[in-house]
Amino acid sequence: MSITKKHILAGLMLATTALIAPAHAAASKSLTLAVISDMSGLYKDAGGPGSVVAVNMAIKDSGIEKQGWSVKVIGLDHQNKPDVGANLARQAIDQDHADAIIDVPNSAVALAISPIVQEKNKVFLIDGAAADILTGAKCSPNQVHFATDTWALAHGTGGAITKAGGKTWFFITADYAFGKSLEKNTGAVAIANGGKVLGHVRAPLSTPDFSSFLLQAQASKAQVIGLANAGGDTINSMKQGAEFGIQKGGQIMAPLLLFITDVNSLGLKTAQGLEFTSSFYWDLNDQTRAFSKRYQALEPLKHMPTWDQAAVYSSTLQYLKAVEKLGDASDGKKVVTEMKSFPTDDAVFGKGQIRADGRAVFPTYLFKVKSPAESKGPWDYYKLIAKIPADQAFRPMKDGHCPYVK
Amino acid sequence: MFQFMHYPPQLWFGQLSLGLINGSFYALLSLGLAVIFGMLNIVNFAHGAVYMLGAFCAWFLLNGFDIPYPVLIHGQLALASAHLPTHLNMWWALLLSPLIVGVFGMIMQRTMLRRLDGLEPIYGLLLTFGLAAVIQGLLQNAYGSSGEPYDIPNVLSGGHNLGFMFLPNYRIFVVVASSVVCFGTWLAIERTRFGATLRAATENPKLVQAFGINVPLMITLTYGLGVAIAAFAGVLAAPIYQVNPTMGADLIVVVFAVVVIGGMGSILGSIISGYMLGLIEGLTKVIYPQASGVIVFVIMAIVLLVRPSGLFGRAS
Repeated sequence: MSITKKHILAGLMLATTALIAPAHAAASKSLTLAVISDMSGLYKDAGGPGSVVAVNMAIKDSGIEKQGWSVKVIGLDHQNKPDVGANLARQAIDQDHADAIIDVPNSAVALAISPIVQEKNKVFLIDGAAADILTGAKCSPNQVHFATDTWALAHGTGGAITKAGGKTWFFITADYAFGKSLEKNTGAVAIANGGKVLGHVRAPLSTPDFSSFLLQAQASKAQVIGLANAGGDTINSMKQGAEFGIQKGGQIMAPLLLFITDVNSLGLKTAQGLEFTSSFYWDLNDQTRAFSKRYQALEPLKHMPTWDQAAVYSSTLQYLKAVEKLGDASDGKKVVTEMKSFPTDDAVFGKGQIRADGRAVFPTYLFKVKSPAESKGPWDYYKLIAKIPADQAFRPMKDGHCPYVK
Repeated sequence: MFQFMHYPPQLWFGQLSLGLINGSFYALLSLGLAVIFGMLNIVNFAHGAVYMLGAFCAWFLLNGFDIPYPVLIHGQLALASAHLPTHLNMWWALLLSPLIVGVFGMIMQRTMLRRLDGLEPIYGLLLTFGLAAVIQGLLQNAYGSSGEPYDIPNVLSGGHNLGFMFLPNYRIFVVVASSVVCFGTWLAIERTRFGATLRAATENPKLVQAFGINVPLMITLTYGLGVAIAAFAGVLAAPIYQVNPTMGADLIVVVFAVVVIGGMGSILGSIISGYMLGLIEGLTKVIYPQASGVIVFVIMAIVLLVRPSGLFGRAS
């Protein structure tokens, strides 16, 4: 038998595969988590570097590294641009071999990333984006949605205010997916409770001056001015609303989505009395206090965690538990199915469950901002008004029309 | 009562007043840019950053400075900070913040921008753009993105009901203060001896220097003046806009469009187009709010097509 070139080649190839194979098996016990967030713009304090801190805390608390896993975290800045976010997600998955994309405040960016994650069969943990279609028409078997959404915010805040007598509404809306969704949901809740929507104005994202829009809202004579925006836009609208005497004139300003960092920036003098819905507050119970103190010590600016960052922690923890149970993170759809198979249980949201459509359900809360006199110190900002039980806080699954849920 | 395009007159008058107020900010900022470009031939992209520094400096003056210094903890270098309590009021901030930021600008000019003398304006543009990014990044690392609370001084809080709108006292003050500064600057440059020398020095620096006038010093002072005007606008903006590290970046692009429309380097042009575009933007916010972010650029494109040197610029 003569040894031909072909034999040698085949032998070489076998040898290489043999060399690669064990390396590959070892590599499958490594994870890469890509936090794609706003690292430089108006949502930076809500998510941003704080979300990376939350992911690292979840890794530590899960104890996954003690089980022989190595976990790498990368933080990326989507600049609130859907195209940039989509490119970052592709790069993270193709080049950095990311197994999961986390956070993504800004619904427009999250909606751009969602189909990419599904196409590549990875996992998308949505925390900062709030558009409710992410578990509705645009749901995906590769994603879960933690924290709040526009349906929950609309029913929490919109329901409470309309029932308390705020019957006529005017909206100042951020002109993109999230704002429009929040406006639509809140308007529907107001109407369902006997209220009326008098009008709206769509403001471009990151508008410095809201006075024109506030003046239109004032002229509408609506009892409630709903702010369907977030972050810096909410801060500017509130600040200028106070200046133009909106609340003194008897109209209620209702920020439909509020981060604790917004309240910190507004100051209690301007923010006092605001009613809003949130799924998290650091001073809710012993667990949230312990978590938040740990977080604060690690966060570069020594801020308390926002509900976005709390959700990042909670979703990452559940993801890591699922990966550990499966022993393999390569099939994203399988990991998400595993995440849904057992209840969530953590320091920030307590016990909960992820539904088939990807919605994580927890109780949410109606808060009121304290007055400067009521506040005992830094970050002592909210008082609890009502707890909305988990089964009422979120949209029933059948109303979402998520295509893959039968 | 008459109505125009389905909107009641109250809304139109209100929006026009607001346009005038926003125009004041545009005018102040574009004025500084025009002075710097007209006299120094520098396209100052750091203008938004110094506007933001003005607001932050005022915040420091009101709440105290945190001065960072390096310390050794367990053999590792770390940053600690000392608190310098300066609880000044708004009036001191209006005076001191532009001075402090102006001096900072002069240092920037002396140590960096001066090295670009005689080069294409693009080099100055790149340098100032880089400086703006560094300043903004440093403050963002230290203070985050949501900004700092800043209240309207008590004397100026409250407002007047004009019938068609509620006009906050503070906004009236903004219009008055900015008009005074704009008019004063225009007067100083166009109608005084100092201004005449300055204009001559721009035209022919060698000849003016031959008369025994210290031209480099004049240029430094002019840059400092332009920067100080931007910082002044920043202090004025602090109580009404969110005081955060990106507040200048959001505004600077619009202001550049204003300067281009007015005619690069034309002082009167920048003031007039500043107010004018504030008004147009205000009206857009009623008719089609979604377009309020782009209307200035649409106008810029049209002006560039029809009059490439700007409305008040001299054709070169």
